[in-house]
Amino acid sequence: MADKINGATTVLLCGVGGQGTILAADILAKVAARAGLQIRLSEIHGMSQRGGSVITIVRFGQTVLSPVTDFGCADRIVAFEATEALRYLPYLAKDGKLLVNSEEIVPLPVLIGAVEMPENTLEFLEQRGAKLIDSTKIAEEVGNPKATNIVLMGALSTELDFPVEIWEEVISKRVPPKTIESNLAAFAAGAKAVSQE
Amino acid sequence: MAVESKLLSGNEAVAQGAWEAGCLIGAGYPGTPSTEALEAFAKYDDVYAEWAPNEKVAFEVASGASMGGVRAMVTMKHVGVNVAADPLYSMSYIGVNGGLVLFAADDPGIFSSQNEQDSRFHALGARVPLLEPADPAEAKFYVKQAFAISERFDTPVIVRSTVRLSHTKAVVECEDRADQPRKEYEKNPVKWVMMPANAKVRRKFVDARVAELAEFNNASVFVRADYRDTNIGVICAGVTYNHVREALPEASVLKLGMTYPIPDQAILDFASRVDKVYVVEEASNYLSMQVKALGVELSEFVEPIPPDDELSPGIVRRAFGIETPEFDRFDGALPPRPPALCAGCPHRLVYSELRRMNAVVNGDIGCYTLGALAPLSSVDSVVDMGASLSMAHGMELARQFSDKSIAIDGRPIVGVIGDSTFAHSGITSLLGTVYNQGSGTLCILDNRTTAMTGMQGNPVNGITLQNRPSRELDLVKLCEALGVEDVQRVDSQNLADVRAALKRAVASDGLSVIVFCSPCRLLVRTRKEPPTISDCKRCGACLKIGCPALGTDDEGHAKIDETQCIGCGQCAQVCPFGCISSEGRE
Ligand SMILES: Cc1ncc(C[n+]2csc(CCOP(=O)(O)OP(=O)(O)O)c2C)c(N)n1
Ligand code: SF4
Ligand code: SF4
Ligand code: SF4
Repeated sequence: MADKINGATTVLLCGVGGQGTILAADILAKVAARAGLQIRLSEIHGMSQRGGSVITIVRFGQTVLSPVTDFGCADRIVAFEATEALRYLPYLAKDGKLLVNSEEIVPLPVLIGAVEMPENTLEFLEQRGAKLIDSTKIAEEVGNPKATNIVLMGALSTELDFPVEIWEEVISKRVPPKTIESNLAAFAAGAKAVSQE
Repeated sequence: MAVESKLLSGNEAVAQGAWEAGCLIGAGYPGTPSTEALEAFAKYDDVYAEWAPNEKVAFEVASGASMGGVRAMVTMKHVGVNVAADPLYSMSYIGVNGGLVLFAADDPGIFSSQNEQDSRFHALGARVPLLEPADPAEAKFYVKQAFAISERFDTPVIVRSTVRLSHTKAVVECEDRADQPRKEYEKNPVKWVMMPANAKVRRKFVDARVAELAEFNNASVFVRADYRDTNIGVICAGVTYNHVREALPEASVLKLGMTYPIPDQAILDFASRVDKVYVVEEASNYLSMQVKALGVELSEFVEPIPPDDELSPGIVRRAFGIETPEFDRFDGALPPRPPALCAGCPHRLVYSELRRMNAVVNGDIGCYTLGALAPLSSVDSVVDMGASLSMAHGMELARQFSDKSIAIDGRPIVGVIGDSTFAHSGITSLLGTVYNQGSGTLCILDNRTTAMTGMQGNPVNGITLQNRPSRELDLVKLCEALGVEDVQRVDSQNLADVRAALKRAVASDGLSVIVFCSPCRLLVRTRKEPPTISDCKRCGACLKIGCPALGTDDEGHAKIDETQCIGCGQCAQVCPFGCISSEGRE
């Protein structure tokens, strides 16, 4: 998992404003911190909140310096929406892993007919070795439709070296008490979905 | 001393630092990426914090608190410093009683601002010290230092952040608060009354202070020279330091924590010990300009660093001729995903009407700036907070001199401003138009909150930062008191009313103000059943309001995405054929 520049691991989370990327990034950063690593979590607020494209970078390791990353340098990309996976693909390192929620959300310029959605997005991503996860469906199945972000963290956990107990501990602290059980179920289901393949 | 590790953003660390330094009063005006600094500060026990109507007021409130003998912090985004520049430049002469710290957050990369200005130039202009922390832990430390410097050198101090500090989280060691006793205020007109005779005296004090600060800086904790390979020596500051260290682990680096006044001796010393000197900086020449002025010769980069946009380790590597990794890309066309007004946003129908009327719209800054994007496409200008109303007045004045060839001829000129922006600086603009007997139509979009920056309270909704009791501002009464004769209040969710009000306002020769009122969707999240569409004529009218829940099916019929629709009924009101029914919605 060596980054191209120094020993840090870089995870890029991308998606659409309102999809819960920021909470997911926060959980990931806390897991890494609990595991004794240095962390940098960098997010962009502002205009991105109103349904725009969003990106959050989480970096961890013995020493982490820059809070940002470059094309070809992200060890893991978790795309909360498939078209956004295409947008941020250049960030993926050569030996990096790409995890993608197979849902596609149509942006306004497409809704009004100004431009079109790309065709065969999922096929293209699969060709590039992406693991597709139907996290929307999985979240519904465990009875917490809002937990798609936690499903994706479950999938991501199989690609990182942190013990499941730390993930569960951090998630339990970070989500509303009433939803702990369903979020932990979402996490487990996400992990299972990618390890079955 | 109890130490606790917490995951804090740069902004939260600034608040923690202010609290630990015994700062008692915080004032500010929201603005990305600075907002959470004051929001976080307001949550501590035993502090007072308030949103001011604008940055100038905030700076003056903090200045008064300093005069009164307590430590005070004022927070704003980069463009806010322009608004606060007037008191800043004179408070530089006056200095402080209790420590006075200005936290200013810049936006290199222009993620959520109208420009990419470097507010550090205000430190040069006002001649006040400026600190640049590189990460959240340093932000906390520097803010504490800033209060000490402020009192020791009798000066306001600027702590400057950028997006990648303000919105980067890292683990910060939090300590206890060191209480500061309130200092006595002693009458001292030569210091506090800036009239020419006194200002001349203080002007000389400022010169002496800058010299002393430079001397202090040379031997301070803010200078860090790390010698590795002495072939390359990089001078840098703030977050840029992290990019440089990552990109060039072998290079010698001079990290500057206080970049005004610069530590001249430390820089000359560093330059003499390395073969080639470089200044790496982000979207600016603020630092290189100062270093060059010391007579240091800077070496050329292999690939020039772009003059705009934010930096990254990769850009620094390329500047030094180091290869960056290969990458894959998707070659097809990708649809852009710009932010959009929310489903049910109260601003939407006003813009769809303004577009229908072919109005020239002087817009302003807030969520409602998004009315400039397709398909609403109805905003002609956005400059700075408050500019909508004064520019509409100026456009009306220009029209007097027009002949038929001028594009604005015959088109209504309309200024559009949000409630928080109106309170920020729109009131004086409106006053100017009234005073000078101007005409035109001005719309105040009162969505009951400061939405764009995250739902802060403001003088219009009467919600305060620490939830102290307050009062709402009656916009209609205020406009009438300013002397506007034609003021209407209209429900912005009712298309017929919006249309009638605008029609009447633009038809009149005088000045009209319309207060459009309806709460932001994030304040009132109630949902109704999505409407049903039957017998759609595929005319496309409903698509033109740009609701993110509304698209078309394969045959071009309007289609509602039920997961996103909140049942606001806006689309039903615009369908000319009555195909969209919101019956049974209630
Ligand atoms: C001088 C200045 N200060 C702060 C900002 C940041 N800012 C941009 S939009 C906005 C809030 C606008 O609120 P409002 O006018 O109520 O409009 P809304 O977003 O609610 O539609 C603020 C504070 C700015 N752009 N310029
Ligand atoms: S946050 Fe409120 S004001 Fe802003 S776009 Fe959404 S509904 Fe409109
Ligand atoms: S009712 Fe119409 S305009 Fe309102 S959210 Fe639903 S689709 Fe959009
Ligand atoms: S406005 Fe009415 S007729 Fe026209 S596309 Fe929309 S639903 Fe169909």
